[in-house]
Amino acid sequence: MAKVTMTVNGRKVSGEVPGNRLLVEFLREDQRLTGTHVGCDTSQCGACVVHVNGKAVKSCTMMASEADGADITTIEGMAEADGTMHPIQQAFQDNHGLQCGFCTPGMVMSAAALLKDNPNPTEADVRHYLEGNICRCTGYHNIVKAILAAAGQDVSKIAAE
Amino acid sequence: MYAFDFEQPKTIAEAVAALADDEAQPLSGGQTLIPTLKQRLAMPSKLVSLTAIPEMKGVCMNGNTLCIGGATPHAVVAAEASAYPALAALASNIGDPAVRNRGTIGGSIANNDPAACYPSAALASGATIVTNSREIAADDYFQGLFQTALEEGEIVTEVRFPVPQAANYQKFVQPASRFALVGVFVAKYADGVRVAVTGASNDGVFRWTEAEAALSANFSPSALDGLSVSADGMIGDLHGTPEYRAHLIGVMTKRAVAAAS
Ligand SMILES: Cc1cc2nc3c(=O)[nH]c(=O)nc-3n(C[C@H](O)[C@H](O)[C@H](O)COP(=O)(O)OP(=O)(O)OC[C@H]3O[C@@H](n4cnc5c(N)ncnc54)[C@H](O)[C@@H]3O)c2cc1C
Ligand code: FES
Ligand code: FES
Repeated sequence: MAKVTMTVNGRKVSGEVPGNRLLVEFLREDQRLTGTHVGCDTSQCGACVVHVNGKAVKSCTMMASEADGADITTIEGMAEADGTMHPIQQAFQDNHGLQCGFCTPGMVMSAAALLKDNPNPTEADVRHYLEGNICRCTGYHNIVKAILAAAGQDVSKIAAE
Repeated sequence: MYAFDFEQPKTIAEAVAALADDEAQPLSGGQTLIPTLKQRLAMPSKLVSLTAIPEMKGVCMNGNTLCIGGATPHAVVAAEASAYPALAALASNIGDPAVRNRGTIGGSIANNDPAACYPSAALASGATIVTNSREIAADDYFQGLFQTALEEGEIVTEVRFPVPQAANYQKFVQPASRFALVGVFVAKYADGVRVAVTGASNDGVFRWTEAEAALSANFSPSALDGLSVSADGMIGDLHGTPEYRAHLIGVMTKRAVAAAS
């Protein structure tokens, strides 16, 4: 067992973890932050994307011990303290960017990483960036639309699909 | 996952000492190894992380050689290897953004997946693979499917790429995995052209020497007219037949030359 300490959504947390503890297990099971989902568990689907020191990472494919000292943001850290949604979350709601919602936490975290690097992406940029995030419900169109809307673009001319 | 110990040394010397234990295995970005552990295809009793070793991270120029630390993530190479644009472009198209934030050049070169991108760049550039104990020429390093010249406990600490006059990597993406169905890296140096092919052969990355000779004489796509690769020994799977892959090698090489020249 080793002691790990990290800042999760602005709060300092620590715990004793065995060597084989995954970051996603630490977040979901030890911290009870179950917003981060596990879809494939093999670094394919992106449902588990969180930010580690500002970078999008698949938390099912990183050991908790490797995140010792890191600054982590999960989907729970996106909304304001009063419950006001983050603009990306709001855009997903406004543009019907989710159906079952399973992929959504990872989609929102990937979208946030994209918009930080590229605040005004093209549709092609968004689709390319989401290569590692799989959704089996929406067909992606409204996810892409939501992200473009969150970037402040006029999406009224893009047909709802 | 099954139980194992985890160590995170801060220097190469400490990592090598920790790996002296037979049951230990290095962990770099984990993008390949962690899923492998979950499937129990590998079951080391100790993982030695290489990602907290400052001397194994970063990109720098030394004369005309680009040096990349073994634990440098793909995203950092994409952003910082501007002295070798074809290599930066290759790194920026590996997998997806989250994979690029963790996956490393050392892990890719050590794993030597037959469909991985970096092995083709290393072989086409005549790169030098630097380990904790020696320097290995790329021509001697890649030894077939998932096989390399690395000994037990030996780690890739740096990869050195001589920067070519012109180069390009063309990847025909296998859309489900985003690995290369066929990828061709062409690099033109003062003393000749090198062409390395990934994704295609049952023996892993290889040099297409006929194309190298033709392109060294005339660096243009038309120099490849009439040349073809035999389908013998090419990978056949649900994504493509050996004949299809052999054909793609010619197509991708032409595209790479056109883009580089
Ligand atoms: C969804 C997805 C898409 C991908 N797409 C591509 C792609 O398009 N192209 C591509 O090339 N790759 C692709 N990859 C693979 C990715 O680049 C991996 O990061 C890489 O192959 C392994 O690097 P790693 O740092 O994650 O190594 P790890 O998974 O940590 O290790 C891999 C192996 O190498 C050993 N090892 C690691 N570092 C060293 C070292 N320095 N010295 C000696 N041995 C070492 C480990 O013990 C292990 O056996 C993809 C992966 C995923 C999950
Ligand atoms: S659960 Fe991590 S990538 Fe699918
Ligand atoms: S909304 Fe169901 S998986 Fe994306």
